Amino acid sequence: MSHVAAIVARCQALFEDLNFTAAREWKEAAPGRIVVGFMPFYVPRELIHAAGGLALGVLGGGDQLEVIQGDAYYQSYICRIPRSTIELGVTSRLDFVDAMLFPSICDVIRNLSGMWKIMFPKVKSRYVDVPQNFSDAVGGSFYVSELGELRDILARLAGREITDDALRNSIAVYNENRALVREVYAFRARFPWKAPSAEVYLLMRAGMVLPVEEHSAMLRDYLDATAREERPRRDNSRVVVTGAFCEQPPLSLIKSIELAGCYIVDDDFMLVNRWEKSDVAADGDPLAALSHAYLHDSLETAAKYQPDQSKKGQWLIEAVQRSGAEGVIFASASFCDPALLERPMLQRALAARGIPYIAFKFAENSGQMQPIREQAGTFADSIKLWSAA
Amino acid sequence: MSTAIPTRPAGAAKPQAVVKDGSMLKQKEMISGNYARLESAVTDGRKVVSTFVPGNLNELIMCFDVLNNLPEINAIQNGMRKKSGGYIMEAEKRGHSEDVCTYVKADLGMIEKGNLGPDGQKLPDPNLLLLSYTGCFTFMKWFELLRDRYNCETAMLHVPYQGDGQITQSMISYVVKQLREEVIPKMERVSGVKFDIDRLRENLARSARAEEDFVWVLNSAKSKPSPIDAYFGGVYYIGPIFTAFRGTEDAVEYYQLLRAEIAERLANGQGPVTPNGDMGPERYRLVVEGPPNWTSFRDFWKMLYDDGAVVVASTYTKVGGIYDQGFRHDPAKPLESLAEYCLGCYTNRNMPSRIDLIERYMNEFEADGFLINSIKSCNSFSAGQLLMLREIERRTGKPAAFIESDLVDPRYFSPANIKNRLESYFQMIEQRRAGHVPARAA
Repeated sequence: MSHVAAIVARCQALFEDLNFTAAREWKEAAPGRIVVGFMPFYVPRELIHAAGGLALGVLGGGDQLEVIQGDAYYQSYICRIPRSTIELGVTSRLDFVDAMLFPSICDVIRNLSGMWKIMFPKVKSRYVDVPQNFSDAVGGSFYVSELGELRDILARLAGREITDDALRNSIAVYNENRALVREVYAFRARFPWKAPSAEVYLLMRAGMVLPVEEHSAMLRDYLDATAREERPRRDNSRVVVTGAFCEQPPLSLIKSIELAGCYIVDDDFMLVNRWEKSDVAADGDPLAALSHAYLHDSLETAAKYQPDQSKKGQWLIEAVQRSGAEGVIFASASFCDPALLERPMLQRALAARGIPYIAFKFAENSGQMQPIREQAGTFADSIKLWSAA
Repeated sequence: MSTAIPTRPAGAAKPQAVVKDGSMLKQKEMISGNYARLESAVTDGRKVVSTFVPGNLNELIMCFDVLNNLPEINAIQNGMRKKSGGYIMEAEKRGHSEDVCTYVKADLGMIEKGNLGPDGQKLPDPNLLLLSYTGCFTFMKWFELLRDRYNCETAMLHVPYQGDGQITQSMISYVVKQLREEVIPKMERVSGVKFDIDRLRENLARSARAEEDFVWVLNSAKSKPSPIDAYFGGVYYIGPIFTAFRGTEDAVEYYQLLRAEIAERLANGQGPVTPNGDMGPERYRLVVEGPPNWTSFRDFWKMLYDDGAVVVASTYTKVGGIYDQGFRHDPAKPLESLAEYCLGCYTNRNMPSRIDLIERYMNEFEADGFLINSIKSCNSFSAGQLLMLREIERRTGKPAAFIESDLVDPRYFSPANIKNRLESYFQMIEQRRAGHVPARAA
């Protein structure tokens, strides 16, 4: 087995382990450790790290989890991630988690924060509100206050003070991780045949369950190993996949897109791991630094308001340009309000630039990939035909 | 004061006469007046602001002499007039997903079809989109979509969610700062009118007077029989206070009239007025969660009143503000009061708070059961309702039922299914009363 294959195999094992054994073992390895679960798309993981905790990304149950009890809590017209997350909870797979954070992404996840309080009263459940006003004095002031409350909650949970020094150190640790994530993405955009998206996806998922330092080491290792490994280059079309920032597509869907003739050169699968576009200031007031980064230097997604109409969709056009993509695939979870409401506006922005796109929906447990493969394959072919013309 | 208006043509089976109370006529006049003002806004040189019902800032809007257009209300009106289905399909044809909110699609479809209001006259393009982001994520996307269409100025008021079930000083400060630094300056710029806080205070004082009478009306349903239906009738009662009239003298008068009419019904031991006249004997007292279906509103209502079911309290009538738990707009602290109002709207409260409120209603209004009308379009309401149902049954021992429909998409209203479900539910309540079976969801 090559070194790359070994890294990917480790990531695959972490991905498939719905009992989160690695995180459990981490917690048991030393007294006083806490594990804090969080849902997409963003939480300030630095606060958890500074509390001596592990930030555990809870991204649903995927296609390996049979949802039985979770379905009893949701109507048929609600997406799958909350029901599989509840399934994880009621089947004790998250019984080692001390707190759950529910970011401000949509009404379903928002309401799940309150459901968690009722269903799991021993777990600290917190809705993480983020500002939609981007002035430091207005939205920033509010967000610093929210961060302060979260810091107090985590400190109480961990039984230790979260000092400014500890927070600055955690910011530096995450800066390093985000830089490596960006490096992996940039590498894939340049050499997509050397970093297939299914591998990159698993690599990023590992970052949802491993301590950040271990994940950073893994990213470095992967970059080094995969750069040295020769792999066949295909005549694929280069695409950006967007719309899957919360409920995750099954791994087979990502593989199907590539098998159909598309290299995925950018995506929004796990925005939390590169939410801040450059380093967060690791000196000065750490809460103000986190707030400033959120307001002025973070990615865009449907859950975030764009105050300037002329910039609507600009991030996607820039992603296409930056990654050298030839088209965009809108892959949204069924019943995902943010992604599906956003989609027409993004499509209009792409159309104005003559960037081709297709759209389909999925669920985390979608099993039938043939239609996806046909659609993506047709899209890849049409891109090749257009560019030939 | 009331006026009898025939509702069926001569010769139709079972001719009925509906008594239109003075308050009904007053509200009809208010609504048609607002639409008339909107339709002539361009010729009259009036500026128009589009905004949403929950967390609406009508008292503030009035300070700038601008007109208030509410896309949700247009969607409701179009739903009740059977126009929304076509509008929704138009929006879907233009790329909007079948999965998303039908209010949004009904509104966008209406715009694409010429933006004709419910009375067939063209509505004006807004000069300002005032996005009060309260209790519903979809609002934000809806306004971005409208901005994309109208290319006009947009003011965003982000109202934080009560994740821990309380309003903090930080939340109030955040909303007030946005009012001062974002909303008011933009309204001044668009309208050309300078903000006068004393004018706002006067508007808020009128709001509080109307709110007092409104709460009295809601609480009248504690009587047996209830003189009102707090859901189907309630959606009419909330009309002025949730929309373009809170803070007006018209709204004060409307609620005075309404209160007097309900007081008279109470004194006479009468039940609610329905579209077919006075309701028969009250047999079941229900608390209802969720918005109504608008495309088959009367059919839906009839399914209940035909069986003697009256809604004594509902959560939908709290979506544009919760007044029956003590909140009043306060002229002594105008901006803070607006902030507290926005923060306190029903769907801005977390799930435990919502369940606590419903439990209170079940007990205080001596309800026999709890009914959820789960709306496909509205995740803000609907996500978590099945847990809510279990919790209410567990806490109160009263049976609960669950039906599904949609706001304004006629494709999602299945009368036979709903009727069957309701009939089974009423039987369950009877059995429960007789002590035969434990509470269990229908």
